[in-house]
Amino acid sequence: MDSALLGSGLPTCSVNISINGENRSLDIPPWVTLLDLLRGPLELTGTKKGCDHGQCGACTVLINGERVNSCLKLAVSLDGAEVTTIEGLGTPDNLHPMQKAFVEHDAFQCGYCTPGQICSAVGLVKEGRARSRADIRELMSGNLCRCGAYSNIADAIEEVLGAEGAQPYKEAAE
Amino acid sequence: MRRFDYTRAETVHDAVVALAANPDAQLLAGGTNLIDLMKYDVARPGAIIDINRLPLKDIEELPDGGLRIGALVSNSALAYDERVKERFPLLSSAILAGASPQLRNAATTGGNLLQRTRCYYFYDPSTPCNKREPGTGCSAIGGVNRIHAILGASDKCIAVHPSDMCVALAALGATVEVEGPDGNRDIDFADFHRLPGEHPERDNMLQAGEMVIALRIARNHFNRNYTYLKLRDRLSYAFALASVAAAMEVAEGQIVDLRIALGGVAHKPWRDALAEAEFAGREANEATFMQIADRLLSGAEGQGHNDFKIPLAEKAIIRALKQAAAGRPQDQVVKAIQ
Repeated sequence: MDSALLGSGLPTCSVNISINGENRSLDIPPWVTLLDLLRGPLELTGTKKGCDHGQCGACTVLINGERVNSCLKLAVSLDGAEVTTIEGLGTPDNLHPMQKAFVEHDAFQCGYCTPGQICSAVGLVKEGRARSRADIRELMSGNLCRCGAYSNIADAIEEVLGAEGAQPYKEAAE
Repeated sequence: MRRFDYTRAETVHDAVVALAANPDAQLLAGGTNLIDLMKYDVARPGAIIDINRLPLKDIEELPDGGLRIGALVSNSALAYDERVKERFPLLSSAILAGASPQLRNAATTGGNLLQRTRCYYFYDPSTPCNKREPGTGCSAIGGVNRIHAILGASDKCIAVHPSDMCVALAALGATVEVEGPDGNRDIDFADFHRLPGEHPERDNMLQAGEMVIALRIARNHFNRNYTYLKLRDRLSYAFALASVAAAMEVAEGQIVDLRIALGGVAHKPWRDALAEAEFAGREANEATFMQIADRLLSGAEGQGHNDFKIPLAEKAIIRALKQAAAGRPQDQVVKAIQ
């Protein structure tokens, strides 16, 4: 069990959260967001803090498989949840197909929004609702990229959707 | 963020009892608005009651073919539910016109009703705001008020309700089920939110200790001739400057039944059921639609920067009614307005 991770002496709550497949028993003050838990005591700094207000998508992670802004979730409210961050998707030697596609399509410049873009894109593929490039653009609208790599991001996602045999997407594209 | 006590409610009854017992407590559902407001020090709850474990996540069939939607159904689950898409596509369309996929995955049905205005001054604790701190004044009146109300405002507050979903619910005539320490009651959607009047700190008619537990929508015939048309500064992930939820039944070119509600223009979704009734039996054509727009906006007043919203809303109403009459709802992906 992890010891009191944040602010010793402060009131804490006990929660169990699976993070990238590893069960963590945590004592945390209730006002700590999932984003701050990840980046602080858990040292999973791949997830980025952009606006910290749900307006940019840089902090996007998957909670129970669904993409969510981690800046707006209290960690204490996630007892029993499964969280996947960019660190849980792939490794430098074994990239997730979406990570590989982002590299191949040069889908970033500064890279700050990229972990959130990739987690969001993985969520988008899992949802299975994108039927067209316009759908990809709309369904990725919760992730801002100030470098403006949007067209390459859409290319990368389009490739993964096609390669994963997302049948409805292929049909619509023909 | 300020510190607070945290508890998890195991039953609805526990939640409302705890809420009624502590005026300083707030309920936490999706958190997409409350956590944000706490970070800005606008919301300062001394206690958070987490209701995410409550069994309010189902969409149930009603005997009349309507649906009962639990307060904790996520915006995504609601928008993409096959029954909602088929029976109440106006509701699906409005939800998908708002926020982002991430926010819709977290945000709940009850929370959407209870979200606060995005008035810049409400969000800035360094400025006077009657909604945030009653009696301090309204900074938007005579201030920067481009996004503010043109209908139903008062000299205490000109904020607008930010929801898209609620505009559709107003048009569809939903019913809000609430539970309090003394039991349950229903509130007509039209009466759930309120105009600011002398008490802009109150957004809605919930009493102390009451929580929203579900919405009911009766079966209707508005699943063919409908549209949700939202006008905003950018095409996605932005609040409405003006929006229109329109639905009608049309027979032989005549309006049989009309529903129309406006978003982004008032402290609550703006619907005028009397005006709707007056247009039953009229030709479903542009001349009629122009009269409907005139009627709905007859009391509209600009605040200076938002004067443009009056002609914007007028054009939006006419266009939305054309879309609805033609059975060509606004596409929320390809956003060119037909």
